Amino acid sequence: MFGEGILKGLAETAKNFFGSYVSADRLTTVEYPEKRLEPIEAARVFPFLVYDGGDWQAGLRCVACQICEKECPPKCIYIEKSKDKKPDAVGKMQFYPTRFDIDVSVCMSCQICVEVCPFDAIKMDKLFELATDDRFGGLILDRGMLAKSNQYFHGIHPTEAAEVDARLTAERAKSAAKAGAPAAKDAGRPQPPPPGEK
Amino acid sequence: MTFAFYVIAALTVAGGLAAVLLRNTVHCALAVTIAFAGLAMLFLDLDAQFAGFAQILVYIGAVAILIVFAILLTRNSETPRDGVFSRNWFAGLFVAAAIFAVLGWAVLHSIAVLPNHAAVPAVTVAQIGQALVGRYVLPLEIVALLLTAAMIGAVIIALDEKGRTK
Amino acid sequence: MIDHPIVYQADQIFVLLKHWLIGQLPSSVQPAAGVLLSVVVIICLFPALFAVTTIIERKGLGRMQNRLGPNRTGPFGILQPIADGIKSLTKEDIVPTSADGVVHFLAPVLLVVVVFMGFAVLPMGRNMALTDMDAGLLFFFAIGASTELSVFMAGWSSRNKYSLLGAMRAVAQMISYEVPLLLSSVAVVMITGSLSLNKIVEAQNHYTWGLPHWYIFTPWGLAGFLIFCIAATAETNRSPFDLPEGESELVAGYHTEYSGFKFALFFLGEYVGMFSISGLGATLFLGGWSAPLQILNFIPSWFWFFSKLMAAICVFIWMRGTFPRLRQDQLMNFAWKFCLPLVLTNLFVTALWRFLGEGWLRWALCTAILVVVYVAMARAEMRSGHFGSRRYRYAE
Ligand code: SF4
Ligand code: SF4
Repeated sequence: MFGEGILKGLAETAKNFFGSYVSADRLTTVEYPEKRLEPIEAARVFPFLVYDGGDWQAGLRCVACQICEKECPPKCIYIEKSKDKKPDAVGKMQFYPTRFDIDVSVCMSCQICVEVCPFDAIKMDKLFELATDDRFGGLILDRGMLAKSNQYFHGIHPTEAAEVDARLTAERAKSAAKAGAPAAKDAGRPQPPPPGEK
Repeated sequence: MTFAFYVIAALTVAGGLAAVLLRNTVHCALAVTIAFAGLAMLFLDLDAQFAGFAQILVYIGAVAILIVFAILLTRNSETPRDGVFSRNWFAGLFVAAAIFAVLGWAVLHSIAVLPNHAAVPAVTVAQIGQALVGRYVLPLEIVALLLTAAMIGAVIIALDEKGRTK
Repeated sequence: MIDHPIVYQADQIFVLLKHWLIGQLPSSVQPAAGVLLSVVVIICLFPALFAVTTIIERKGLGRMQNRLGPNRTGPFGILQPIADGIKSLTKEDIVPTSADGVVHFLAPVLLVVVVFMGFAVLPMGRNMALTDMDAGLLFFFAIGASTELSVFMAGWSSRNKYSLLGAMRAVAQMISYEVPLLLSSVAVVMITGSLSLNKIVEAQNHYTWGLPHWYIFTPWGLAGFLIFCIAATAETNRSPFDLPEGESELVAGYHTEYSGFKFALFFLGEYVGMFSISGLGATLFLGGWSAPLQILNFIPSWFWFFSKLMAAICVFIWMRGTFPRLRQDQLMNFAWKFCLPLVLTNLFVTALWRFLGEGWLRWALCTAILVVVYVAMARAEMRSGHFGSRRYRYAE
């Protein structure tokens, strides 16, 4: 019958209207600041820099190769390379960034920097409450703010972090075999925690 | 002649003048609307409710919209660079003067014919309705027929030609 | 029952109050003061109602979509309209550089002025119409026709393609739906024999066995009322007929380039227009201020008018929460190929009703004609493909 669909539709919304007062599990939204939903594991918001061990400056995996800086579509990464070198995650001597800034207001969470990084140094974070009342300085995060430990990475993205650790251990073993005498070289570096341990 | 009359008359004349003198055609159309509204208020001032409301309904609600649509759909509404005034304006002046003369003659004539304009009949909307479907029913029907014919004509013009559809 | 003094005074409280207030003034200014007072009351009352409606609407829509709706400002979010008001009043008023300044400014002003004028003839209670015009209904429609012009002015003066497209759509839609709107009201005029809204309400304010003689309780009245509702929704650009401001294609239609206070005026205009057309619908078909049952007559008449008005508003909100937006061709087809024939049939049926005289015969005959025409037309329209799912010319 012509017009039947209209009545059905009206009945449906009326049911929703009254139903939402009677049964609370009809409500699909949560009241955000008081109640929160746990973000899913694959959530990604904003990149951070991973470091191994306890000291973020020594353990930073980034070697300042500047690939991410070049690939970032909105060009929101600023990197300055160091003059000297320090050992990287697998023990080779590499440059490190003396400056590594990302502009939160420009980043579009595309994860391209993560995809292109050959050193597993940059990963995506789950934090999303990045608002600040300083609209210029406060939105540019520097090295210190971006650096988060590998444990933290395991905490937010366990599956991905385990994969990365497996890969790094393999590479470390390879480079140690190549160097011949691994013990002398690796002694100065903090060992990354074995995968699975958080 | 009351104060209200002068205000409304000034508004109407200003609207009319603006419609002629403004350069942008859409502005002209809007100014014409002001003149229409002024006329409607004059009717209301004279206690001719039906004429006043019909004026608003037909002229502001339909004719003004028709004019602006016609302007927008036929050519662009920007002001032409070489002025909007026609070159043979004296012909227009002549036509306008002639129409004004005829109207003026008619108005003066009717005043002379009317015995005294104190006894204005109070015409209500109901009486107009009664007259329309009573004494003047034939003219009404003829006008209705004419409009129907015009509408059918418009539909035929707008109709897609056979074979071109789908 | 209205003769009881207390009931009478409750019913006429606003009228008496006005008389008392005006009685304090010197007699030379009394008529002018009376008009001014009524106008001021109307101008304060309906924006207040507008504020209440926005919160009802946002809450109601939320609930229909299984959300909570605004609940942060004040208890249960009831102070939300105040926050909204402060926000829109303090916002920067941006006029595009290429816009036509004067027309851009005049458009919202004209809209608001015009929609408020509609209330001049609506009887909001017994003896509570601002003016009792002989041609009240005509006045209402004449005023309503002027809103199209302000919509056009807004769209054209913004110099924005979305505004202009929105305005053109709005004007085309309003002109198309004005025809069924007017013709469905003509049926009431035919039965009452008067264009005065007061007389129309009086004609419905009778009771048989305690039940009212509202026009909606007749076959032609019901059909007329339904068409009136459809056309009124389209006239006020409400969902599902809100194509002129379809945000998916036109940003916001004719008020794309308006901000701050002027945008608030457009918003106000839309809602006040909704109030006035709901008031008209209630007056024409739902007996205006008359009580729904004779025994309820002791409740003041103005209460009934405003309850009917708010009920109509709730239906508007309900429809907005339910229906998806129409497509432009569906909109036009619906107006000209469905509503118009139906409303013409309804006029014929009304005439029949008028001349058949009392009795069951006219009930049977009028209902039968309307139902047959409705079913036949619905069938034909469905078969012709104007409604229902769309057939794509090239995609099949
Ligand atoms: S984060 Fe990765 S890609 Fe970017 S500079 Fe550091 S090592 Fe290179
Ligand atoms: S997520 Fe995308 S936009 Fe953000 S810093 Fe990485 S590459 Fe740039």
